[in-house]
Amino acid sequence: MLEILLPALLGGIGLALITGPLGCFVVWRRMSYFGDTLAHSALLGVVLGLILEINTTLGIVIGCALMALLLGFMQSQRQIATDTLLGILAHSSLSLGLVALSFMPRLQIDLMGYLFGDLLALTFTDVGWIFAGVIAVLLALHRLWRALLLTTLHEELAAVEGINTQKTRICLMLMMSLVIALAMKVVGVLLVTSLLIIPAATARFYANTPERMAMLAAMVGVIAVLTGLSMSWWQDTPTGPSVVMSAFFMFLVSFIYRQWHQPAH
Amino acid sequence: MTQTPLVRLQDISISIDGQVLLERIQIDINPGEIITVIGPNGAGKSTLAKLILGLIKPTSGLLVRQPGLRVGYVPQKFHVDPSLPMTVKRFLQLADNAANWQQALARVDVSQLANQPLSTLSGGEMQRVLLARAIQIQPQLLVLDEPAQGVDVTGQAEFYQLIRSLRDELKCGTLLISHDLHLVMAATDQVLCLNRHVCCAGHPETVSNDPAFIHLFGNQAARSLAVYHHHHDHHHHTDGTIAEGSECTKHSHA
Repeated sequence: MLEILLPALLGGIGLALITGPLGCFVVWRRMSYFGDTLAHSALLGVVLGLILEINTTLGIVIGCALMALLLGFMQSQRQIATDTLLGILAHSSLSLGLVALSFMPRLQIDLMGYLFGDLLALTFTDVGWIFAGVIAVLLALHRLWRALLLTTLHEELAAVEGINTQKTRICLMLMMSLVIALAMKVVGVLLVTSLLIIPAATARFYANTPERMAMLAAMVGVIAVLTGLSMSWWQDTPTGPSVVMSAFFMFLVSFIYRQWHQPAH
Repeated sequence: MTQTPLVRLQDISISIDGQVLLERIQIDINPGEIITVIGPNGAGKSTLAKLILGLIKPTSGLLVRQPGLRVGYVPQKFHVDPSLPMTVKRFLQLADNAANWQQALARVDVSQLANQPLSTLSGGEMQRVLLARAIQIQPQLLVLDEPAQGVDVTGQAEFYQLIRSLRDELKCGTLLISHDLHLVMAATDQVLCLNRHVCCAGHPETVSNDPAFIHLFGNQAARSLAVYHHHHDHHHHTDGTIAEGSECTKHSHA
């Protein structure tokens, strides 16, 4: 029993530690649709991993990063608005991924697992990957915190103050690609964004500095993983959706609480 | 003034996609001098500011900046998403010179805003906070891009007065972008009238009589400007209590 539960616990908690802070930037920069598009393209990354015979997680990171670049390139034209582009890319890449997967040998592919995640199927190898990613992202966030915040507040002001805003934005996208690749195992392609934005949005109700919001978001994420996992363990509910539901419940309670008490600024 | 300029623009042109945004611009920004750039919408005022800030590169021409120049920047628009909890204090602490945030805030008379979230500030309050942020690094050059938008007339006059006194304190060169003729003219040493190229430049009084200026802004604007200046001079002699009154003495300094 511990062999199943322990990797799930460790992996889930590790992941929540980075989706929280990173999710704050998704909320602040209004990138949730962007995150969703990256997540949808993750399935293409799975195919990429299978074709190149490399690790699936690595395949997803590469796939997401390519998608982010493609999007950046397509945004330079002005005829089609960004949200339309995001919608086109999200659903096309998901469809393309599904079609491509149908050509693959079926033995190793758990489609439901990719779409909705299967936390309880995590292995210790997966946990190793997740923690390597967690440490990398936390270090990068620590190093780039000021640059990321200033770039989020005002790109030109940040540039005048000597911050390489282009590099900062690329780093943020790479971090998001990495987190999405890792989070896919937990909540799946279709629910990844929720793990980024629900804890961050919940934390907003209680935070008065960006740092506090990031830390609270990580905490909310951890609690969501713990409760979701328990629910799944005892009630045999699907794990990914259970985690998302727990997060949503906390958001809802916080939302209602703030309607009654004066809103935090 | 015969000193090395902070920034020298020599024969600078910028065009993007074949469209000329700025043409053969020639400006020196000297320490301790306020230059105001006025011009109609689309005249390239913000492009000029970005050029001087180093955010964009000229297509042709030469831009020489003093090495290691410390630049304070007050941007035109500063919208903070309400989802980002950021107090004024925390915002100022994000600056390069974080330690002196309290002094900077006190200098622009908004110490009481320290714990307020940025997203709840009024236009005038935000403007002061941004100015505090800009002077934190003791800038040698201060660039303000239409800083007084959405601020009432009294507030604007006070703001320009503050910029003048900061200039006197910091001895910084100041580039002020504006399309608000009246108030700015009273606060400046040099006016540069821009419409892709420099139409005319010089002291406020000279410029307001320049045919190019009158052509660009119309007779009435030029007249009211002239009237404003005379009116202003009188106020200075008879009634020194008006804040902008003191500026008149400085008009003669070049």
